[in-house]
Amino acid sequence: MTMLQQTSSPAELPLLDVKDLVQRYTLPRESMFKPAGQVHALNGVTARVMAGRSLGVVGESGSGKSTFARLVMALEQPSSGSVSLMGRDLNRMPAGELRRARRDFQMVFQDPYGSLDPRQTIARIVAEPLTALGRMDRATLRGRVAGVLRQVGLRDADMDKFPHEFSGGQRQRIAIARALITQPKLIVADEPVSALDVSVQAQVLNLLQDLQDQFGLSYILISHDLAVVDYLCDEIAVMYLGRIVEQGSPEDLFAHCAHPYTRALLEAVPRASAGGTRRRRGAQSIASQSTGATGCAYASRCPLADQYCRDTAPALRNVGTAHLAACHHAEAVMALPPAAGG
Amino acid sequence: MSGSINTPLIEVRDLGIRLNTSRGPAQAVRGVSFSLKRGETLGLVGESGCGKSVTALALMGLLPDSAVVSGSIRLDGSELVGLSDANYGKLRGNRISMIFQEPMTALNPMHTIGRQVAEPLRRHTNCSAAEARKEAIALLDRVGLPDAAKRVDAYPHQFSGGQRQRVTIAMALACQPDVLIADEPTTALDVTIQGQILDLIAGLVAERGMSMILISHDLGVIAENVQRMMVMYGGTVVESGATNAVFTRMGHPYTQGLFRARPRLGARKGTRLQTIAGTVPELADLPSGCTFADRCAIVEDRCRMALPAVVDVSAGHGVRCVRTDVSMAEAVGAVGA
Amino acid sequence: MSTPMSASIEVGAATARPQAPTGFWRRALRHRSFVIGGTLSLMVLGAALLSLVWTPWSAYEIDVASKLRPPSAAHWLGTDVLGRDIVSLLLVGARSTIMVGIIAVGIGITFGVSLGLLAAARKGWTEEIIMRMSDFTFAFPAVLSAIMLAAVAGPGMVTSITAIGIFQIPTLVRLTRGSANAIWAREFVLAARASGKGGFRITIEHVLPNVLPILIVQATIQFALAILAEAALSYLGLGTQPPQPSWGRMLNDAQTLLFQSPMLAVYPGAAIAIAVLGLNLLGDGLRDLLDPRLARER
Repeated sequence: MTMLQQTSSPAELPLLDVKDLVQRYTLPRESMFKPAGQVHALNGVTARVMAGRSLGVVGESGSGKSTFARLVMALEQPSSGSVSLMGRDLNRMPAGELRRARRDFQMVFQDPYGSLDPRQTIARIVAEPLTALGRMDRATLRGRVAGVLRQVGLRDADMDKFPHEFSGGQRQRIAIARALITQPKLIVADEPVSALDVSVQAQVLNLLQDLQDQFGLSYILISHDLAVVDYLCDEIAVMYLGRIVEQGSPEDLFAHCAHPYTRALLEAVPRASAGGTRRRRGAQSIASQSTGATGCAYASRCPLADQYCRDTAPALRNVGTAHLAACHHAEAVMALPPAAGG
Repeated sequence: MSGSINTPLIEVRDLGIRLNTSRGPAQAVRGVSFSLKRGETLGLVGESGCGKSVTALALMGLLPDSAVVSGSIRLDGSELVGLSDANYGKLRGNRISMIFQEPMTALNPMHTIGRQVAEPLRRHTNCSAAEARKEAIALLDRVGLPDAAKRVDAYPHQFSGGQRQRVTIAMALACQPDVLIADEPTTALDVTIQGQILDLIAGLVAERGMSMILISHDLGVIAENVQRMMVMYGGTVVESGATNAVFTRMGHPYTQGLFRARPRLGARKGTRLQTIAGTVPELADLPSGCTFADRCAIVEDRCRMALPAVVDVSAGHGVRCVRTDVSMAEAVGAVGA
Repeated sequence: MSTPMSASIEVGAATARPQAPTGFWRRALRHRSFVIGGTLSLMVLGAALLSLVWTPWSAYEIDVASKLRPPSAAHWLGTDVLGRDIVSLLLVGARSTIMVGIIAVGIGITFGVSLGLLAAARKGWTEEIIMRMSDFTFAFPAVLSAIMLAAVAGPGMVTSITAIGIFQIPTLVRLTRGSANAIWAREFVLAARASGKGGFRITIEHVLPNVLPILIVQATIQFALAILAEAALSYLGLGTQPPQPSWGRMLNDAQTLLFQSPMLAVYPGAAIAIAVLGLNLLGDGLRDLLDPRLARER
């Protein structure tokens, strides 16, 4: 079936197709007599990424955005749902085939200190995705490593050094070089700049943009920072407690957002400008992931919530062209004056 | 608690701090001076290793023993540099308090939050255990912890990150300090929680007439929360002034670079971020002249000769740069709506 | 993105190659505890090798007439209760000591580290079974397992080495699993998994090199424990069988004469102390030398 799709309409086939992804984790038992609790880290997430386009995933801690990244990278088996890359379901592939398929999707992690093995040379670290695919002679390997190091703005001579000899920003470049070496079509980047200093952050974001222009890469960029996602992505998904609550182009989301949570996020961004007075925010209680409430998960924090919201969970629906929101009051939210970002 | 409104509560003159790092001795802070009146708020902004946290630790008397402090720190006129640890202990948590970045590591996981909030009270005042507990509940209630009376005997791990930060704020406020130092108090928190915590701190500062020093790497947080600000780089203050004045027209190439390098919401797609070349220098090998010289786009030979003097570009707005005529030719900054 | 200035600096630094083997030995010879530890360990090894070709006297020849002699030109450290030459006993004893140590620790490391790494890599039931088995083994003291083994295989050096080796496994399983679990939680392991590397390759390429420093230090401690355990077993008649000498046996033989001729206990005791200290320092040195983060700064 997948073969058929590939041959019939190659142009329309999405690079990545995520369907109704659900991930539950079982909590450690608190008591022998009670059933073990469960956390719904992902609650039915559907998304697709076309080749050369980028998807930003925004959310706060507990929104499920990192779980989403791990599932896209096939580092975990989902409880249900599917992740397909170029029409092939990653979780139904035999292990050997999945290993070969991994050349097409690579990952960049948040912590530039933890994501590089301190006991390996840069050459070994960067070559890892290649050596994982099979044997390769040393000269070719070093040639490839030198090539990607230059692409990320480092030098050939850096190959024989160890991670501790580099600054945070340089380490993140090394991590990006590692992701590039197999010439992937998709790079999943989980908070790639949040551990970096502001002045270095900009260098790495520019690099990511350059690489996209140069190689036609797609990114899935996971971040808590709206501005970072806005800078790099064609489409943004806002996640809240394991669900996508709003999805659309950056222009749609920032000019007229349709979900109260997106609006809260936008309003919370402090603005770096003179005369920035404090805007008071109402106290908000924090919802928990394990509660199996029936209504909208955001209702307890939402200023617009009514009884209907608390009873009936809203579905993700179209509120504009390619603009989706999961809110009963989406139209009312969109009618509000824009929440200017900083 | 003496002193009139116009005398500075805290006055720092030419503060210098030498630290022993793994790469040898390093001048972590050079020539930092500022004064803060009762009720005023001051922001310290900069990147990793710029000296902002070291300055805060110096104010708290919490530097390692090997650190060499020069200059003067006066609280209500009395000198703190060279004060014995025992005497500093009487000030810490009593007249000067600090809130840290990571609430989980600032709290002892083995003690109830009630006990931890009551601890400074028990140490610095002679109130009974019952009174301290009552006060702790009142404080926890004030910082917005839901069900404070019921949860006073809970342990730190039973709270969310934001709630834990509320607990550390209650701890810092227990003895009604004159000066509150908040070192990246919201960096570990989600953005919607960040707003609540900053609101809480601002409210408490106004309500109790405290002075606050807010340390952050985020220009936005500084712009919205303090009256005056200092930008630090490589252990020196490169720019200082009223927050509005600095944001209206930035004078130092570093402040400007930091401002331009931030990705902004709604910036047109395809625009490139303006970067500052190079990386943040290590404290052990700072350049001898202007600390920013190696990364500056308008650097000249004389920048590398000696640390530039502070130039007043407008009343109370000082810039440590010899080339403000060039750097300020183009207005860099933003005025909010 | 980087200025020309920083470029020239880094090119300059890069010409100093860090990986040349001469560099390793130069650093090794400058590392004080490595040098001292290495020298002491070589001394013990040298003694054992020397005893294969030469000893001043025969270590097996009993001469009751000249028992408990003080040090003299003929017997440098005197003689024991059976009139055997102490120097010769120490030299030959080094052989069994080194044998017991190396083989027993070898058994412990081979099984302990493999099982620990397996437990950390597999988790779930595999981990549960390995850990419960090692708890079970841990519950039997070395002496008890040696007695049980001796009942089956008869007492002797092989039996005592095997018993000591088995006794070492649980400690090493626990240590390895604990350290390996910490490595498995690191992001670079996640990166390796994202590259498609399986549990075995990740264990060999990432986990093992990162737990190795802890294991090296622990191995030297285990070596010391093995020597002491051998001494205890020899005392019970379960270890090295007479007339084969070992430091442990010498120590225990000396015990009955402790007030009469205390030096009899001091000599083998000092020998054990030197061996253990040497190995500990050697282990510390190796741990530092194998750490790339310390490589440049020394």
